[in-house]
Amino acid sequence: MSGLPNYHALKVDAAKCIGCTHCMKACPTEAIRVIDGLAVIDHERCVDCGQCHRSCPTQAFYVEQDDLTKIRAFKYRVILFPSIMIGQFPEKYNETQIYSGLKKVGFTHVFEVEQPIQLLLDSVNEYLRNEENPKPAISTYCPAIVRLIQGRYPSLTENLILRKAPHDLAAHFAIERLLLEGAQREEIGLFYATPCIAKIASVKSPVGERESIVDGIVNMNHLYNEVMKVISEVEAEDNSEQRQNLSEEGILWSQTRGESGHFGSRSIAIDGIHNVVRFLERLENDQVKGVDFLELRACDQSCAGGILLTGNRFLTVEKLERRAKRYPSAKDISESTIRVDIEELKQKLVIDSISPKPLFIFGKDRVKAMEKMTRAQRIVCSLPGIDCGACGAPNCHALAEDMVNGKAKMSDCIFLQQMWEDEGKITARKALQNVQKKWGKDRFKADCNKRGRRNEGF
Amino acid sequence: MEGVWGRLFILKLIFSIQGGDFTHAGHPSSEVKKVLKQLDIDGKTIKNIVIALYEAEVNVVAHAWRGTVDVEIDESKITILVSDEGPGIPDIEQAMQAGFSTASKQVREMGFGAGMGLPNMKKNTDELYIESEVGKGTTVKMVNNFS
Repeated sequence: MSGLPNYHALKVDAAKCIGCTHCMKACPTEAIRVIDGLAVIDHERCVDCGQCHRSCPTQAFYVEQDDLTKIRAFKYRVILFPSIMIGQFPEKYNETQIYSGLKKVGFTHVFEVEQPIQLLLDSVNEYLRNEENPKPAISTYCPAIVRLIQGRYPSLTENLILRKAPHDLAAHFAIERLLLEGAQREEIGLFYATPCIAKIASVKSPVGERESIVDGIVNMNHLYNEVMKVISEVEAEDNSEQRQNLSEEGILWSQTRGESGHFGSRSIAIDGIHNVVRFLERLENDQVKGVDFLELRACDQSCAGGILLTGNRFLTVEKLERRAKRYPSAKDISESTIRVDIEELKQKLVIDSISPKPLFIFGKDRVKAMEKMTRAQRIVCSLPGIDCGACGAPNCHALAEDMVNGKAKMSDCIFLQQMWEDEGKITARKALQNVQKKWGKDRFKADCNKRGRRNEGF
Repeated sequence: MEGVWGRLFILKLIFSIQGGDFTHAGHPSSEVKKVLKQLDIDGKTIKNIVIALYEAEVNVVAHAWRGTVDVEIDESKITILVSDEGPGIPDIEQAMQAGFSTASKQVREMGFGAGMGLPNMKKNTDELYIESEVGKGTTVKMVNNFS
């Protein structure tokens, strides 16, 4: 699979979307508009954080994934998944049963991605020791955050740590291990079970890399359902040797404070994309002093709060904390257990560069941009400032910007229309037609069976 | 600057600052930053402007009773006027020295008032003018040219 330039797995199901504006309001990059009564994502602006998916009352957002039967094409079929997945299963299934369940689904090798985590730990520390790298260094663990920074905080792109995420580590590790077992590279198929949309995009079109080494992606909730169909109720055969490189630190890595505790003398961990946005505003204003390391995650409770998970995030966190206690510390896992060439693996964790991709510019021509902004400012004066979303844009400001970019009209504002009616500038019929154009013809008729009415509430 | 309709395009932004309100210091600099980003001004220049403006804001909050921020952006530069009603600066030269501060103990305990405000503004602007009248107030004018 080659890396697509701007891949987004998130799609809107037109049959389910009721155009309710919830997603539009939740989006941290104002990437959603409602057009013809349906949510439409601007893929240029989308950072794959999944807030829209989370806020949707009708589950109209769905996530594209690869067909699981695709794995059959390979002799060695590897499933890579974050430790979080183990925390999804009911308490009565232990990890031995879950591992053997994954094999029953069709995989030949099972790898949790956070191993051998010491390599990533050392690599990031090495990066932090270099005085030339700007502080605070920001973790690139969460791909939604990386894209948010590239787009909305381009000047902070240089603070991103040029190191890959655990799934890359595990992918390379798995390949090396299988090559040692005598496999040929082309016989190995790597599949990644993802807890979120952002990871899909980062695996399919990785930031700072040419192409992905993963052959397919499967949504974690889908895989969970598949495993639950075949999982054995009785204790499975011992397969603990497959977890020899897993450590306490690794299991906790994807959780909030999973990274921050290891790096720098002053570090901060923030989860939830809106919290991150508020913090990055401050950081960009140079109002944050003396911090060495930032762990920023788009989801509340980090990956335990990923949108493709089945379990409750707080229960998942607690389960994993208990699980982690049973595992050794990363530094106690000896190199002989890792077996592959550690230096070579470490080399593969380095990213060359990440470039800013500013999203919020009004075009390259400054004079034209200023003209547009001046016009947008004037338009805002005429808008009510209620930010109701009835125009199909998330707030009055966004509507004004859409107007100067030729994507919206004054008549999209229902309050302005009301005034024009009062002033006799347009007829009531014309006003209604305008609104219907935006929201669909029968949207305003009394109808208990229309979409969004029956049992689809909140 | 001439727009396509032969008009001068100057973007204007106006904010007010309340003395003593540290919670909301930083709002004008955030808004100005947003506009500059939309104009695709380079990150380094934006950073300088934002740092200088934030320092100026904090000065008003820490020392004065109230103030205003007037921003004018044209094609080649940004001009920021921060004027306050406050105690004024008796000796501007002294105030410009790094580390010199008249901030109260209370303000210092909040992490402000290290005596770096004016020096930082000087460092981050292309032009800085200060006018002050003791007992009346201070006006700071900052100009940053775009590259």
